[in-house]
Amino acid sequence: MTDLAAVFAQKASLVSAVVHRAVSRAEAFDRAVSLLQNSVPMTPQMSNPLLPSAGAKEAAARVMAAPNLGTADFRYLSQACDTAGNIQLLQNGMRDYPGGIDMGLTWAEYGIADTGTLVIASDSEEIRLATMLCEVHVAVLNVSDIRPSADDMVEELSAMTARTGSYTAFITGASRTADIERVLAIGVHGPLELHIILVEEE
Amino acid sequence: MSKTETFRSYKHRLDTALDNRFLRQAMDNFAVAYRTSRQNAFAGMDVEALIQKVADAKAGAIRNNAALLQQFTANAEAHGIHVHVADTAEDANRIIEEIAQKTGSKKIVKSKSMTAEEIHLNRWLETSGIDVTETDLGEWIVQLRKEGPSHMVMPAIHLSRFQVADLFTDVTGTDQDPEIERLVKVARKELREKFVDAGMGITGANYAVADTGTIGIATNEGNARLVTTLPKVHVALVGIDKLLPTIADALTINRILPKNATGQAITSYVTWITGPSECTTVPSGKREMHIVFLDNGRSRIAADPEFSQVLQCVRCGACANVCPVYRMVGGHQMGYIYIGAIGLITTYFFHGLENAKNLVKNCTNCGACKAVCAGGIDLPHLIKQVHARIQDEAGHPLQSLMLAKVLKNRKLFHRLLRTAYLAQQLVLDRSLADRSEPSRTAPGSGAGQPSDTGFLRHLPMIFSSDHNFRRLPAIARIPFRDRFAALNQPVDNPKFTIALFSGCVQDFVYPGHLEAAMKGFARHRINVIFPMDQSCCGLPAVSMGETAAAREVALQNLDAMDVNGSNYEGVDYIVTLCASCASHLTHGVPKLVKNYAPEKAEAFAKKVVPFSVFMNDILGLGPVSGPGRKTAFHSPCHLCRGMDVHQAPRDLIDKSGNRYVPTEEEETCCGFGGSFSTTFPAVSREILTRKLDDVAGSGAEILVTECPGCVLQLKGGAAQQGRDLSVCHLSELLFP
Repeated sequence: MTDLAAVFAQKASLVSAVVHRAVSRAEAFDRAVSLLQNSVPMTPQMSNPLLPSAGAKEAAARVMAAPNLGTADFRYLSQACDTAGNIQLLQNGMRDYPGGIDMGLTWAEYGIADTGTLVIASDSEEIRLATMLCEVHVAVLNVSDIRPSADDMVEELSAMTARTGSYTAFITGASRTADIERVLAIGVHGPLELHIILVEEE
Repeated sequence: MSKTETFRSYKHRLDTALDNRFLRQAMDNFAVAYRTSRQNAFAGMDVEALIQKVADAKAGAIRNNAALLQQFTANAEAHGIHVHVADTAEDANRIIEEIAQKTGSKKIVKSKSMTAEEIHLNRWLETSGIDVTETDLGEWIVQLRKEGPSHMVMPAIHLSRFQVADLFTDVTGTDQDPEIERLVKVARKELREKFVDAGMGITGANYAVADTGTIGIATNEGNARLVTTLPKVHVALVGIDKLLPTIADALTINRILPKNATGQAITSYVTWITGPSECTTVPSGKREMHIVFLDNGRSRIAADPEFSQVLQCVRCGACANVCPVYRMVGGHQMGYIYIGAIGLITTYFFHGLENAKNLVKNCTNCGACKAVCAGGIDLPHLIKQVHARIQDEAGHPLQSLMLAKVLKNRKLFHRLLRTAYLAQQLVLDRSLADRSEPSRTAPGSGAGQPSDTGFLRHLPMIFSSDHNFRRLPAIARIPFRDRFAALNQPVDNPKFTIALFSGCVQDFVYPGHLEAAMKGFARHRINVIFPMDQSCCGLPAVSMGETAAAREVALQNLDAMDVNGSNYEGVDYIVTLCASCASHLTHGVPKLVKNYAPEKAEAFAKKVVPFSVFMNDILGLGPVSGPGRKTAFHSPCHLCRGMDVHQAPRDLIDKSGNRYVPTEEEETCCGFGGSFSTTFPAVSREILTRKLDDVAGSGAEILVTECPGCVLQLKGGAAQQGRDLSVCHLSELLFP
């Protein structure tokens, strides 16, 4: 673990993000699948047209979306989901799940150590919806992509935001509010949990 | 909050708020918790340097506003974004309504935007038959209650979970538990369908980055992400003051904004949209995106050399978080749309004189807001300036005019004070000739007078009963200026020569403070000059919005204190025992006379030192043994924030042979605030009570401070509330 990764992990955990470590992408994806299997099935906020309604007899499949993985990574994840069983893996079509999905799995372009922030290029609508409509967001981040502070990555951020149609997200912890009596509550509109898997590939 | 709210009805609203126990408790908890979380958030950072960086970035952007707007527009249009500029609130509302009509948007979801509140956008759109839903939880709550936000970043801070549960029960038609986790889940569910059904999303923006045509939005809930993703049209309403050259500037501000707002290192989401972003439900695959830049008086502010710094505001709300008045009465009483110190100022510019005239008086001038302002804005000064402008436009009240007239004429002013001494004989309470002194040297001074003449028995008839929260001191029979000759002892080989600036309260009400100091000066071989032509420092005139009178008095004092016409070369220091005078002479006077005597004022200001600094840091007073009584310190606002003095008076308490004991919130205002305490006695009373409770919590027998205004408030309050506490000035503790 580099110092930066340690700072990142510490700051992210301050805002209740759960930080995991993996030595390879494969391990990271396996971890995500096991997190999904061990999580509570999601509560739909409205009906999802493509899913059986709440009263259906057979147990509904758990739904995971992974909109921004490369082909090989998606294939690996897909096999891992098949092996685990009863997981429906999506790459797109998030608009059909307005009531929510169990898990959104995304790559993060960068990490910002001093605030424990993920930087995710969210130009694609699927990424935005997957990371907002899921109950658990799992972000996979290469340790080598962690920068000390936002001020240290002005060039990268300028390049990202200069593109037409760009939509760049800083995400720090889960969706939260303190609007009632200043009591912190997690998951007002977006994810109830944020997991970050730091990958330190050899 | 109608256009014609009278001062009386405003005061009635304040009283109602003061009686709201939930609000009081919520505000109190927040005020205390905020201070700690802010401190933690900035731990290890150079906050002053960061504030300066933000102030410089914003000031530069305001100077180049027109060019930045042009650059942003060119870049945004090249991306395919529609850019509009609205001169007025009405223009902005009309533009947004037209976009909704053209795109056939009947349902709109919004993320939180103070700018939309500023122009009453919801009201406008709803009147046009459009369904608008706020999606920030706090904003949704106040929208459902048909209220405005009571804080810029925590809109529903004035409400309890029970009120929210009742509201949600009405909205959903099912009983809702007053359990916060569950109430939040109600919003999650209810609002999800609104997001999905909406045709158009409206957001504000925290940043508008010109060199890429990007807007930045900070939220915690993530609602802005859904607002800008699900609907097929996105409209961002952005004040032109949000324009910045580069994302580096935006990141600088973003380092301070959430820390100052809520003590968070960063908000959960910061969203940078260059747009038009992907939208899979429209044929083009791109969302229709509009940016409406709002002026609404901002150019007028930018062009005003005095007020342009107002646009350095980053809307963090910290000025409310630390405001002693906000803490007592809540946001609805402390702003029209924009809340807190900045709200007192911007209301005048955005919403007019009528909505600002009562609010702008509700400031103790404690400077707590200025000390935390992320944009480095001199808020208390600007509040007084707005007050002055309102009086210049709407007419000066008789009371204020008379004060100005009297203050400008020192002889008349002092004659009136002497006459007042005679008049008060009718209401003087001799039985109470100050038993609350820590150690009274009975007929103390060379002038043969007890140094403190006690309290008035009852208030003169001109005061109403709500002024009765503290006992008012009597005016001394012989003011300090008439005692000076007898008190002044010639000094051989003086260590220092000082000019003493008494201020009017110590000269005429508490000459004992100065008498005690004179003993110390004599004991430590200080040669004292007391220029007889000195007058009131002029701060009361500033507080009453009488700038011209304040300037005239400042110029008189600059001459009076220059004893031998040598630009103050003849004295080593100008010492004052009044922290408010010290702060006003140092910072206020040079501002007032900058077009008349700037160099003289600067030379003068350099020589001014507060009593504690002179005794402790300059003279290096040594410790004496004493009774070791537990002594609390109330730090006058104008000492700790006005003069940045913190340690000297606390050191002197220990050196006096007593024991300094810390109290909670030593640097929080006592509620005096000069004319504030007579304008808003009920609020002043509550701030005072809170202060005295804190002192009681420390177990101190003596409460020491370094400003006669604070003494007046604290001593009178302790006496009226029957508290077992002696209150005195630091000089009296040191040289009894």
